[in-house]
Amino acid sequence: MTAIAFDNLTASPRRLWPAVIVLGAALLAGGLAVLVIETQGHHVTGMTNRVPWGLPHVVAYFLILSASGALNVAMVASVFRQKAYEPLAPFSALLAIALLAGGLSILVLDLGRPDRLTLTMQSPNPRSIFAWNVVLYTGFVAITAAYLVTLLDRRFARFFGVTSNAAFLWRFVLTTGTGLDLGILIAREELNSAVFAPMFISFSLTFGLAVFLLVLPAAAWLSGGAPDHALMQRLGRLLALFLAVSFYFSAVTHAFNLYAVPTRSLERFLLFQGDLYTVLFWVGQVLLGTVTPLLLVYRKQPIAAAAAVVLGALATLYLYVIVSQAYPQPVLPGLQVTSAWGDGSVASYGPSAAEFFLGLGGVAVALAALLAGCLLFRIVPIDLARAAAPSAALRAAA
Amino acid sequence: MRTEPDTGRRKALKLALGAAALAVDPGLFLIAAPAQSRPAGVAASDSQRWGLLIDVSRCAEGCTRCVQACSAEHGWRGGGPPGLDPQWIRVLSATDPETGRSVRAPLMCQHCARPPCADVCPTKATFRRADSVVLVDRHRCIGCRYCVMACPFGVRFFLGDNVSDRERRSPRGKGTAEGCTLCVHRIDEGRQPACVEACPGAMMFGDLNDPKSPIREVLAGQGARRLRGNLALGQGVQYRGL
Repeated sequence: MTAIAFDNLTASPRRLWPAVIVLGAALLAGGLAVLVIETQGHHVTGMTNRVPWGLPHVVAYFLILSASGALNVAMVASVFRQKAYEPLAPFSALLAIALLAGGLSILVLDLGRPDRLTLTMQSPNPRSIFAWNVVLYTGFVAITAAYLVTLLDRRFARFFGVTSNAAFLWRFVLTTGTGLDLGILIAREELNSAVFAPMFISFSLTFGLAVFLLVLPAAAWLSGGAPDHALMQRLGRLLALFLAVSFYFSAVTHAFNLYAVPTRSLERFLLFQGDLYTVLFWVGQVLLGTVTPLLLVYRKQPIAAAAAVVLGALATLYLYVIVSQAYPQPVLPGLQVTSAWGDGSVASYGPSAAEFFLGLGGVAVALAALLAGCLLFRIVPIDLARAAAPSAALRAAA
Repeated sequence: MRTEPDTGRRKALKLALGAAALAVDPGLFLIAAPAQSRPAGVAASDSQRWGLLIDVSRCAEGCTRCVQACSAEHGWRGGGPPGLDPQWIRVLSATDPETGRSVRAPLMCQHCARPPCADVCPTKATFRRADSVVLVDRHRCIGCRYCVMACPFGVRFFLGDNVSDRERRSPRGKGTAEGCTLCVHRIDEGRQPACVEACPGAMMFGDLNDPKSPIREVLAGQGARRLRGNLALGQGVQYRGL
């Protein structure tokens, strides 16, 4: 690791304060949403006993997956020794921690009894992937923080190899755990597959890089600079590669579910008859989330491509999480089932305002933590524009 | 001169015929004597495996006595929008699209030997008692709803509203998970679950581990099936006539 000078983000007040006000408003809205949900009960949300996980879980999954993916740049710099990315490694690590904090804050504050969260650590169930994820999340923050310290403080530089490799391995284990949250659900045949582990790893690489591509120019804008053009183009091409792999996994799961008899009717519903869900798949995931960003990268517009990827990511996760619940469970396979509770029919779900603001609040937590970290610690390269810097080195590498 | 019919003799005759039928075939009507109670202070043990046998051919059209009995016993109230309110037991109407045959079947927690809801619970709030009754410790539940996601039968619920008229024998709390308890408070006293008591003849409760128990004899003689048997969850609730 070469010696690089880092500093606090020197944001222009005229740009910083509007950002702080917007983030503060989003945090306030999220806090009010939590207050309403926790005092009134979850009946104020759109979630029901047929669809117990809703929009907050979709946003939380997006942020948690993005967290491990946001570490991409740091890992490319520290594990694969690509010097061109070294100036942005601390920013990448801080973004990873901030995104995880945002995602976890949503999950925790959506609990029916968040005051009992410590029970997950006091007496964890070793058979529960949720309990394991508490260890994985905590470990991710601790290892990434340690990596950050060894990266920035020369006194601990001798541990740099250990922390960077540990962070690299841990992020894969973390995302494996996140994917298996859904993959181990035998009750949901369309989800019940080990492929969710590698698929979510590919999602994390894609979503995290897309968020990085959006946040980096925003941070540069705050300080009055702009990220290096060559670096953004290079990351854009990497985003296209990750996106193609993600879509491959997703296409395989949908094709498999369409072929397999037990999941065929659900898959037909999703792809062709599901009204909003069908639109979300073809327009949200395929057109906006896959085809458009690939074209935008080809047209050398990586930021716009990243924005499209984020929208497509939300559509993709919404479909995996919500449709698997809304579609009726085959309690009596082969029979047409009805009941006063709605068995046999597709459950309706529409996110309420409280859910929307809870999700928005989680995003605000992530961005506020990132902004605070950049302002308080020497995380960003002295000149963010130069950060992306070694254009010559990049061009040479390309 | 017209004489009043001797109703007492008729009743005695009916009882005698019923007893004879049960002696010949206990599965003709699903009626079992109350199970043995467990002395106070003695923990549940795996020597017993409580189970339910439901004869769907005897589930009468329009009857919801089992649902009403459960609701009254535990204090939950259904009737809200579909899927919103907890409904510990509900009656499914199922039709075979090929033959047109229709049946009705009460559905409640299946009390699996290998419950997926307990597997996923991060705090062990959902647990399987030694006698295979699956319960929720409301004081440990954090309300993550992972158990609701994991149940293949849609019989685990989350209480998203305040409870005003809770029953002391059946603790419930906003923000926690809940479901059929197999009326543990009753069976520990040697009584039948409320639904079984309300529906004699179509539902039988007993010890699946006891080869001489009526439920075991009926299962051994006539068989029954578990819902979604391919999942191999070893449910305590089994169905005859599906």
